[in-house]
Amino acid sequence: MNALLVAVAAPLAFALVAFATPSERVRPWLLPAAALCQLPLVGFLLASAGTPAAGDWIGLDPLGALLLGYLSVLFACCAFYAPPYLRLRRERPNRVFCTMLLVFFAMMNFFLVSQHVGLMWVTIEAMALCAGPLLYFNRNRRSIEATWKYLLIGSVGIALALLGSFFLGYSALHAGLESSLVLGDVTLHAAGLSKPWLHAAFVLLLIGYGTKMGLAPMHTWKPDAYGEAPGLVGALLAGGATSCAFVGVLRFYSVCVAAGDGAFARELMLGFGLLSMAVGGVFMVRQRDYKRMLAYSSVEHMGILVLGAAIGGAGLFGALLHVLGNGFAKGVLFLSAANIHRAFGSKSTDDVRGALRVVPASATLFLLGFLAATGAPPFGPFLSEFTILRAAVADDRFGVAGAFLALLLLVFIGMGATVLAVVQGDPPDPERDAGRGRPDLEPGRGRPDLAPGRARPGGERLQKLAPIAVLLVLVLLLGVWVPEPLATALWSAARFVEGSP
Amino acid sequence: MPELLNLLLVIVLLFNFLMLGTSRLRAVIDAAAAQGILLGVAYLAMHGASGFRALALGVAMIGIKGVLIPRILRDALRSQGIRREVEPFVSFTTSLLLGALATGLSVVFARTLPLAAEDANVLLIPASLATQLTGFIVLTTRRKALTQVVGYLTLENGIFIFGLTLIEAMPFLVEAGVLLDVLVGVFVMGIVVDHISREFSSIDSDELTELRE
Repeated sequence: MNALLVAVAAPLAFALVAFATPSERVRPWLLPAAALCQLPLVGFLLASAGTPAAGDWIGLDPLGALLLGYLSVLFACCAFYAPPYLRLRRERPNRVFCTMLLVFFAMMNFFLVSQHVGLMWVTIEAMALCAGPLLYFNRNRRSIEATWKYLLIGSVGIALALLGSFFLGYSALHAGLESSLVLGDVTLHAAGLSKPWLHAAFVLLLIGYGTKMGLAPMHTWKPDAYGEAPGLVGALLAGGATSCAFVGVLRFYSVCVAAGDGAFARELMLGFGLLSMAVGGVFMVRQRDYKRMLAYSSVEHMGILVLGAAIGGAGLFGALLHVLGNGFAKGVLFLSAANIHRAFGSKSTDDVRGALRVVPASATLFLLGFLAATGAPPFGPFLSEFTILRAAVADDRFGVAGAFLALLLLVFIGMGATVLAVVQGDPPDPERDAGRGRPDLEPGRGRPDLAPGRARPGGERLQKLAPIAVLLVLVLLLGVWVPEPLATALWSAARFVEGSP
Repeated sequence: MPELLNLLLVIVLLFNFLMLGTSRLRAVIDAAAAQGILLGVAYLAMHGASGFRALALGVAMIGIKGVLIPRILRDALRSQGIRREVEPFVSFTTSLLLGALATGLSVVFARTLPLAAEDANVLLIPASLATQLTGFIVLTTRRKALTQVVGYLTLENGIFIFGLTLIEAMPFLVEAGVLLDVLVGVFVMGIVVDHISREFSSIDSDELTELRE
């Protein structure tokens, strides 16, 4: 048994305990307990694990190592948000929620330490299946619709990734090589792979894992799922699951690079990147549902990731840094948006105004999270987006750099309008506003605990703010000071992908 | 051996047409189940002799795809009291024609593909492509959520046929994992379909339109 599997087994063990725990009040505390257990464990694994040997199914490549560390930090912040959140939702049993959240986390870790293409597929599909019940936590019409779309689109997309995995295996078989789907072996023999099959494989894998990332035009599940997901599930999906899928894309890209076909893969990723940024930007303009807005922001950021990878070199470094910055910023946004949602009972800007006066701390965090996510200095995404831009210019790709800048500006304006509408102004007054608002945008339906149109000030508890503040500090730190070990990890991951260790 | 395999694959293709041409949901589910059994038999015929693990996996495949998954789907069907797919987006005749076109194109296209010598004279690749396309047709042209689950299953069956070419590369554990994921996936989708019918009093997935811009 590989020592790395402990990182999978530990959350799974907690999931079992959570399932067996009878008390609804005690159970949510198992989430932070699991996170606290995971942090030193992962730290130890990162310090001790070497690079995977050829033929190993389970191993920690520099890419997996970077993300494994990042994921346990992100999960810890979300886990500490969970108990106060679930205490507010006392009317709803949380056994399935807590158990599935832990299994979901375990599967993300499993994916990151998988070195076998088939195993990667199994774990990412398992991830999606765990996310289904998490999305359906609110048990109303809207959440079931979101769950259905998430499951069906995700399953079809990931089925194409399975076909792509088979094609990758076939490209070795056709070339007369020993057919193996262990990444190390595939990369080793990459130069001899049959080119047409490899190309077809990469296209299918990019579409499949891109569906999980939420790249346009395969992003259609995202606004629905993120719009209906509980805040902390949204944070883990947008920061964790999509980042894992990006790792998948990078691993296959690195096979293409090793096969001498990097240019082909880069063209494709560039196209998907720019399209995703454009789609995200366009749909963010005049977006009235601020949780759906976060989904489109995620589409845009996934575009930035593949764009940075397509530019390569420093651009890839920037993209990897952006994974961390985007993940933490999304954590801030989703969790603070959840607080605002709870205070107002609505997620439409028709009903939500003046959040700064109703829930000042959450609204401030939301506003700062917006600045971080749109790449305003001094936050982490500014540094990573600037790095990607500089790499594009240094590569003489002025068209790409120009489009990148223009789309970032579009996003800033579009997202800014919605965010400012939420935080500024006077809180809605039910008497004055009687009869306003569109009934179809009332998310409170089926949620007896949420009554739209009535702002409930106060009730901001430190427990629900501290995790968000920690995430904000992290995203700020990434912008002002990248510690030496992290920079080394980022560079070695970038070099690993581009095959120049 | 190639003769037996080709025979099995031709029957799989026939079930594709049955799936496309019928409005009875029960028959659609049965067709997918029959495909699952046939593919399990094909797997056993190709690799069953290679050891206990392959034997166990083949039997598990028949059990899961031929018995367990169809049972989940039939249960979902029974609890909803619906029998037929009504008013698909594309008529049954048209989807049959589409299926025939897809099958023909798959055969032509597979000839142009650079294939390994041992796969060139069996129907594996064209059958795989045709079954996948059938899955896509069912996924996109039917209204009932349950039929769409069957469409996903058919797509997966088609991909599995391709996977038969490279059993050596797919270790036992991974194959078992894929199978388990499909089973759990259909199980979860079955639950969701059940909840859709409770919330919306129908399982027409085109009624799921509350979430949009």
